[in-house]
Amino acid sequence: MSKISAFLKIDAEHVAGDLQAAGAKLDGAPVETTLDFSAVSRINPKALVAMEELARIADEKNVKIGLRGVNVEIYKVLKLVKLVPRFSFLN
Amino acid sequence: MHISDAAQQPVPMPPATKGLSSERTAYLDGLLSKARNAAAVFTQYTQQDVDRIVKPMVVAGLEQAQHLARLAVEETKLGVLEDKALKNMVATEFVYNYVKDKRTVGAIREFPERGLVEVAEPIGIILSLTPITNPTSTVLFKCIMAIKTRNAVIFSPHPNAWGCCHAAVRIMYETAVKHGAPEGVFSCLESHDLEDNAYLMHHSDIGLIDATGGPGVVKAAYSSGKPALGVGAGNTPVYLEKTADLNMAVVDILTSKTFDNGTICASEQTVVIDDEIYDLVLKKFTDLGAHVCNEKETKILERTVIDPATGFMQPKAVGQKATDIARMVGIFVKPDTKMLIAPILGVGREHPLSVEKLFPVLSVYRAKSVGEALKVCVDVNHAGGLGHTAVVFSRNDEVIRQFSDVINAGRIIVNSPGSIGAFGGVYNDMVPTFSFGCGTGGGNSTTDNVNIYHYLNIKRVARRTQAHMWFRVPNQIYFNLNAVENLRQVASSSTIIITNPAMEQMGHVDVVRRHLPPQTLVHLSVIPDAEPEVKTILQGVETLNFYKADQIIALGGGSVIDAAKIMKLKYESPDADLEELAAPFMDIRKRVVEYPTEKVHRARLIAISTTSGTGSEVTPFAVLTDKARGRKVTLADYSLTPDIAIVDPQFVMSMPKVLTADTGIDCLTHALEAAVSIHASPYTDSSAMQAIRLVFKYLPISYAHPHDEEARSMMHNAACIAAIAFSNAAVGVNHALAHAFGARFGVSHGRANALMLPHVMVYNASVPSKFMPSPNQKGYVAHKKYATIADLLGLGGNTVDDKVKKLVAATEQLLDQLATPRSIADLGISREEFEAAMPELAKIAFDDPSWRSNPRMPLVSELVELFWLAYEGRALGKTVVVPQSKAR
Repeated sequence: MSKISAFLKIDAEHVAGDLQAAGAKLDGAPVETTLDFSAVSRINPKALVAMEELARIADEKNVKIGLRGVNVEIYKVLKLVKLVPRFSFLN
Repeated sequence: MHISDAAQQPVPMPPATKGLSSERTAYLDGLLSKARNAAAVFTQYTQQDVDRIVKPMVVAGLEQAQHLARLAVEETKLGVLEDKALKNMVATEFVYNYVKDKRTVGAIREFPERGLVEVAEPIGIILSLTPITNPTSTVLFKCIMAIKTRNAVIFSPHPNAWGCCHAAVRIMYETAVKHGAPEGVFSCLESHDLEDNAYLMHHSDIGLIDATGGPGVVKAAYSSGKPALGVGAGNTPVYLEKTADLNMAVVDILTSKTFDNGTICASEQTVVIDDEIYDLVLKKFTDLGAHVCNEKETKILERTVIDPATGFMQPKAVGQKATDIARMVGIFVKPDTKMLIAPILGVGREHPLSVEKLFPVLSVYRAKSVGEALKVCVDVNHAGGLGHTAVVFSRNDEVIRQFSDVINAGRIIVNSPGSIGAFGGVYNDMVPTFSFGCGTGGGNSTTDNVNIYHYLNIKRVARRTQAHMWFRVPNQIYFNLNAVENLRQVASSSTIIITNPAMEQMGHVDVVRRHLPPQTLVHLSVIPDAEPEVKTILQGVETLNFYKADQIIALGGGSVIDAAKIMKLKYESPDADLEELAAPFMDIRKRVVEYPTEKVHRARLIAISTTSGTGSEVTPFAVLTDKARGRKVTLADYSLTPDIAIVDPQFVMSMPKVLTADTGIDCLTHALEAAVSIHASPYTDSSAMQAIRLVFKYLPISYAHPHDEEARSMMHNAACIAAIAFSNAAVGVNHALAHAFGARFGVSHGRANALMLPHVMVYNASVPSKFMPSPNQKGYVAHKKYATIADLLGLGGNTVDDKVKKLVAATEQLLDQLATPRSIADLGISREEFEAAMPELAKIAFDDPSWRSNPRMPLVSELVELFWLAYEGRALGKTVVVPQSKAR
């Protein structure tokens, strides 16, 4: 069976919004989604809440989310709020 | 950040939270979730980001200082509006002045010369409990500290100060977020509930509890099992000593004790006044608006402002004006009275006013002497004020010193007000704070004025440093045939030649005498031909003293030269304790004992070696035998190194063959061990390698043709050069084994070394079971060093392993040429006897300091194995069965 996948680039200026949009697109869509964070140097609490929500939806829909280009500072933020196990990280 | 993985797990309910409703838990978890996200996001901020937020917060605090003060006074009914406004300003402006240039993000301090960098790591979420007495100022202070250190804070204010604290938190939060702080960085519990506090204190997301308040709050914080900064009650003793500036002292005490109606826990509680100035001081207080209570009034105060049941102050009096308190208890005072003064006769429950009183009632005590005054201050200090604050007014430095010694207080304020002085930054250069650490005396974790550094985890990045090394040799070394002629250049009025009978018989003493300048008075001290004993040393020192020697010539082998080194030490420094100087050490630069530098005499030591092995003429070591105690001690210090070494082969031309072999192998062992030592350096390598080259070339010739001048000369040089190498790089496990074995079985040092040498080389060349810590070495290099030596000797081989094997084979071949016994069994020692001795041998070898420079750290079992390899003999191609019962 072939896999369906999607690729979304996250805009540094609209991280929370892009993540919410990505969450909305998960509904009945690809089984794998990759979010490209390479343009994002920092996230704020709103983005963090959006990521928590995205992880929740992904679990619900059984969709795997891969994060690409996450810098180590953001990785540490995700680690501190226990979100790292909810995503896969791609180089 | 301090959010443990346990956060993923359900939070276990502490006993105090079992009754917490699910709605309440959800509310608290919501606060924690916001704070957790804010703290996590905050880790991305730079120093510039943080500093951009702090400054407007400070400005907002200053702008709102009066407003917040008014809210605090109205809500708490404590203190003085103007003083509270001032406290809010100190909490912002003074704190900002301290923190503004401090680095709190990334590398905060660097010590390049030590290779150390301190890097800040935020704590994460801080639960902050704030007091009723300084409510808004404490909030402002903690908010500034938290932002400066990138932490989130959940505030839990005192229930009777919730409104003003909430307002303060809101002002700080809105300003901070407006200037870029993460949302959720501050929050304030919507109401005060002990169960809320208990839930939060035990929650795994809370990294630190910062509890400012009464003993109950502090105790709860410390009992939670969380890292906590708990700072609490005090009882400030003041010593007003007769030399003090009384006008200044009285004004300072009045200023401090009436500041915010005495609500600051660092304010003065009992002033102990010298008898000579007591009446004058009370008059000055009275003149400035204090009311001195008579005996009856004091009794009234004792039973009204102090709770007779608990012995603590009555809450109703806290933060009230003096006139209100007087009215409350029924004492008539003038309307402008600032403070009530109550004379007391002692400290303790029977003297109720000797405890902490957070209102303008001051106890005074008349002391008949400095001693009595200090004792009463100690009593006050121990009556609830341990670790907090104390004050002394005096111009006598000795009194201030004594006070500081006997009083246990985190802040000892000198000639200034206690409360405002303790804040720091106003009357002194202490760190500005609104939390006074009281140390273990107060059940706290610090005596500091709590500051930004308590809100940080400080990581130490420690770069590898190389120990400073050295290469020390005697001032002058004269070598080659007739080098003894150089003695003519050294002037002396009284020279003692220390030697042994054989040197005299062989005419060597006469040779030396002939070469001394004619005007030199020369005396002879002949000592036994054995390792020096204490008795021999003391006799030699007597001789040196008798002839007032200014020069010592040691003529002989290692024992004679060692004796002369110790005689010189005791002659120059008679109080030198040889036992103490022989104390063991790991690193000569960090050793515990110090060799004497003060000298009552000075004498030059010239060493003329008559063997080619020990190299004692250039080493800083001397071995002493203490027969009375049945042991040997080794002295090691560069001050023992002879001033001049004469390496003249004419004194070794007649060495017997056995001695030539034994001393030559000792020399080779020195050089090989120095080459692979963990203290080896390019300086010692050059000496060690050259010595090895000379030994391989000239030792067989010296042995086979004892009269070959060149070979003798080169071997004499080799011994000296090898000694220079091991004087600076030390030896290794070979010497540890040889020392133990030689002493137990009466085998000469060189021969014992020979028995161990090939096995130790194979051992050091293989992968260690335990590496020796060696900051100056990059990786394990012993096998490569052996390979380099093999190349130097032209032994061939293509790989390191090949080359090591060839070097071991060449060493074995050399030993064969010297007809030295090749196994312990060859010495006629039975296997049973050797096995019986093994536990003691292994213990002594392991205790021997020599191996501490060895590249491999030997296990005791490995020492046993090496002993058994030496018992069997031959290193290459041998396998040895170690008796299992004795292997460990």
